[in-house]
Amino acid sequence: MPAYLLKRLISLIFTIAGIAVVTFFISLVVPLDPLAAIAGPQAPQETVERLRVLYGFDQPLYVQFGHYVSRLSEGNLGMSFQTGRPVLDDIIQFFPATLELATIALIISIVSGITLGVFSAVYRNSWIDHFARVFSLIGVSMPVFWLGLVLMLIFYFKLDWLPEPGRLDIMLIEPERVTGFLLMDSLIAQDWEVFYDALMHLILPGSVLGLFGLAGIARIVRSSMLDVLSQEYVKTARIKGLAEHLVIVRHALRNALVPTVTVIGLTYGGLLEGSVLTETIFSWPGLGRYLTTAFLTLDLNAIVGGTMLVAMSYSLVNLVVDLLYAYLNPKISLDGEGSLS
Amino acid sequence: MTAQNLTTVEVRMLRAESRKRALQDSWTLWKRNPVTIAGTLIILSLILIAMVAPWLATHDPFDQILADRLFPPSLDYWFGTDNLGRDIYSRVIHGSRLTLMIAFVVALISGPIGLVVGVLSGYLGGMVDEVLMRLSDIFLAFPKLILAIAFAAALEPGLTNAIIAISIANWPSYARLVRAETLAVRNSDYIDAVRILGAGHLRIMIYHLTPMCLSTLIVRVSLDMGTIILIAAGLGFLGLGAQPPAPEWGLMVSDGRNYLVDQWWVSTIPGIAILVVVLGFNLVGDGLRDILDPHQRQS
Amino acid sequence: MTETVPSLIPKSEPIDYSSTNNESQPLLTIRDLRVHFYTLRGTVYALEGVNLDVQKEETMGIVGETGCGKSITARAVLRLIDPPGKIVSGTVEFDGQELLNLHPKEMRRIRGKRISMIMQEPRMSLNPVIRVGNQVAETLLIHESDLSPSAARKKAEEMLQSVGIPDAGKMSKRYPHELSGGMAQRVMIAMMLVTRPKLLIADEPTSALDVTIQAQIIDLMNDLVHELQSSVMMISHDLGVVAETCDRVAVMYAGSVVEQGRVEDVLHNPRHPYTKGLLRTLPDNASENEDLYSIKGNVPSLFMPQQQCRFAPRCEFSQERCFQEIPGSYQVGNNHSAACFLHENGI
Repeated sequence: MPAYLLKRLISLIFTIAGIAVVTFFISLVVPLDPLAAIAGPQAPQETVERLRVLYGFDQPLYVQFGHYVSRLSEGNLGMSFQTGRPVLDDIIQFFPATLELATIALIISIVSGITLGVFSAVYRNSWIDHFARVFSLIGVSMPVFWLGLVLMLIFYFKLDWLPEPGRLDIMLIEPERVTGFLLMDSLIAQDWEVFYDALMHLILPGSVLGLFGLAGIARIVRSSMLDVLSQEYVKTARIKGLAEHLVIVRHALRNALVPTVTVIGLTYGGLLEGSVLTETIFSWPGLGRYLTTAFLTLDLNAIVGGTMLVAMSYSLVNLVVDLLYAYLNPKISLDGEGSLS
Repeated sequence: MTAQNLTTVEVRMLRAESRKRALQDSWTLWKRNPVTIAGTLIILSLILIAMVAPWLATHDPFDQILADRLFPPSLDYWFGTDNLGRDIYSRVIHGSRLTLMIAFVVALISGPIGLVVGVLSGYLGGMVDEVLMRLSDIFLAFPKLILAIAFAAALEPGLTNAIIAISIANWPSYARLVRAETLAVRNSDYIDAVRILGAGHLRIMIYHLTPMCLSTLIVRVSLDMGTIILIAAGLGFLGLGAQPPAPEWGLMVSDGRNYLVDQWWVSTIPGIAILVVVLGFNLVGDGLRDILDPHQRQS
Repeated sequence: MTETVPSLIPKSEPIDYSSTNNESQPLLTIRDLRVHFYTLRGTVYALEGVNLDVQKEETMGIVGETGCGKSITARAVLRLIDPPGKIVSGTVEFDGQELLNLHPKEMRRIRGKRISMIMQEPRMSLNPVIRVGNQVAETLLIHESDLSPSAARKKAEEMLQSVGIPDAGKMSKRYPHELSGGMAQRVMIAMMLVTRPKLLIADEPTSALDVTIQAQIIDLMNDLVHELQSSVMMISHDLGVVAETCDRVAVMYAGSVVEQGRVEDVLHNPRHPYTKGLLRTLPDNASENEDLYSIKGNVPSLFMPQQQCRFAPRCEFSQERCFQEIPGSYQVGNNHSAACFLHENGI
């Protein structure tokens, strides 16, 4: 176990170093002068020059890269041009909102994806199967930004069943920040009104994002269920006289979930991705919206910091998935000694 | 009659027979699945519409008639008009060309890059493999959409740069796939035989490995078409893709945002167009997976 | 050859299986069982009227080439034919009860409790993510609702002990992939016999195992079955195993039983041309300088419903009639029958 973990951690460090290089490269290809953007169009040349020296843009590339790396290693992501605050502070403020949204969406994806996938496989090639597949394919084919708009039109503007975009009603006061997750913080503060309101605000963006992640999970569950259902040990369970629903849940699903874990990890990464557009539509004060604004205003430090964070959490999720996979599958020993027969 | 008694001709005939059977099976599976048929029809109509767009359109997609702005769907304007008085139906029809063009150009850029990198990496191995795969790992560490947005924003928003950005985000997964395929083929007796006959590395890579990997890659790229179109529309929506006044569907959804409550059609209709087209590609992709999945063949 | 046939037997009619006859009621009676598979390339007529009996406390062997329908027959008894296969017609009577029209719930009470089955690949037949002890205990828990999980686990451990698994307490916590093939098959036997079933179907129980272990597993099975006074339906393509363990044997070819009788009769005095051919293919039956014998021709396509003797195209004795009619089953000796027109007159 430790050897395997160490190997994975080393490769993670490599990846993170690579991510830093790519983000630096992105900041290089920007053709616009970001300084003009900060200083404003009317700023005298002199001011711009002073800023250039201040931000180190006058140095040669390798020196800039050196500065950049040493800055990163200190955890200093620089100042955001748009908020005028350290990028790290911004991220700490906005990231929990994104995580909360992505987690709710993931739960929706997993629960509905597994259900659809199992039914699809068990009733394969029947109308249930066709319906489940078309439904999940529609989910993944839907442009998130468009679905967000349409659902908002229906449930907020027309029916008024769900609250306006945002994370919390403006009249409510956020509970004391402990975790940054509104649902958790309001529970800790035992503020039920805030809890309910936050939950209501989560429903629309959570479903939009959840629908996006559903198809991948449903598909892998279906195909691995089909695979597992044809295995000898499932027949054994039937020979033992086990009822069919127990054969499916106890013997088949448990095995089918092993490959599913991998896809769930990928889905979580996909949800971080989808959150960029979803948050923009739902005015969700998370990292996705922060990043979008940064991209549109070419707020370099924010772009670099935000992208790096997303890429790093994406890699971290993949690592966790691999570990979980190894844990769930008794055939894979984490020391690499286990026989794969 | 045992296998040894068969002549070469007979063996060939048997092989041709089994290939024919496999094809027939694919055809039967294709026909049997209504979902796949629906997807195929959608894609065929999209291609057809894109080809004859000027004849299908009732108006000039760029023609602004300010007096007719924000008209609801009617006999005159089938899908209504937008905030500049342009006919949404004609813009959607012309938009099909942009959508198809983006998807195919991205495939034509990222597919071959992935192919070259993958074959080189898998065949040469060693340092080349290490470097190329580390590189693609780094790119794979970013979610595709975010990488595409980052490059699109950095390269200055526009259609060409959006295509480049999506291609940058796309090639690493193809390289991984092709490398795996190359590794599987590289050590086969078949390649050994070619090498014994004196073929050089370049010849082996171009004439023997590339064709082997091509079919897998083509299947994978066609499975990705839906995603490519969605990313392109997302870039358009954020203002990082095609620029006004192009009738790009994502951009059109974004244009209608401010009129969502009272003039729903401006945003909704181009969105439906995206949904239908992406769904078409995904339906076919889903069917394709089934047909290629040996489990399905048994029944 | 004629001298082996008792002259008392008159020209016999095909055996009429519909009449319930003689002394002891068999434990399992299969009559005219038909199973078809509806595949992409057309219907496969896999079983075309199988007739078979298994008496109480006897071991009945079923032999035949791959694809002749041995395993399908076994699965049909448990009503576990996977789609696209379907039991089209026939009757399967077990202990006086017709199984084919039983309610699925009732059928489940028979599976694992009164009829069990051991399969060919023990390690593939055990669930890879569940500890083996729990898998054995599960059989008990399904059928004995008043048993607590811990009691079931204890009983499972005892059972594992009695199938010769050393250190059963520790082994029961292992996962299947941590066991050898022989150990896994012992676990399977424990799992399938822990409920003391009356009929055990063994589908090639040793062919995936090392030669050295095969005898042990066969002996173990025989001992346990004798102790439980159960019957066994032993499916095998290994005539040696059948000769050693079985009381009676049925020979199957292309979806039906062609010959059935006591092992010594069938193996030493085969009456159906196919059985004769099958026995000649055995290496020890070939004389020194003779090449290994093989039956000419190929197994017929099962894509057509049976309309003739399916062996006729390969048979050296075939007559015109064999290509036009399906032969019935004819008595050729005491408790010995063959489905061949040659024996229409009891010869």
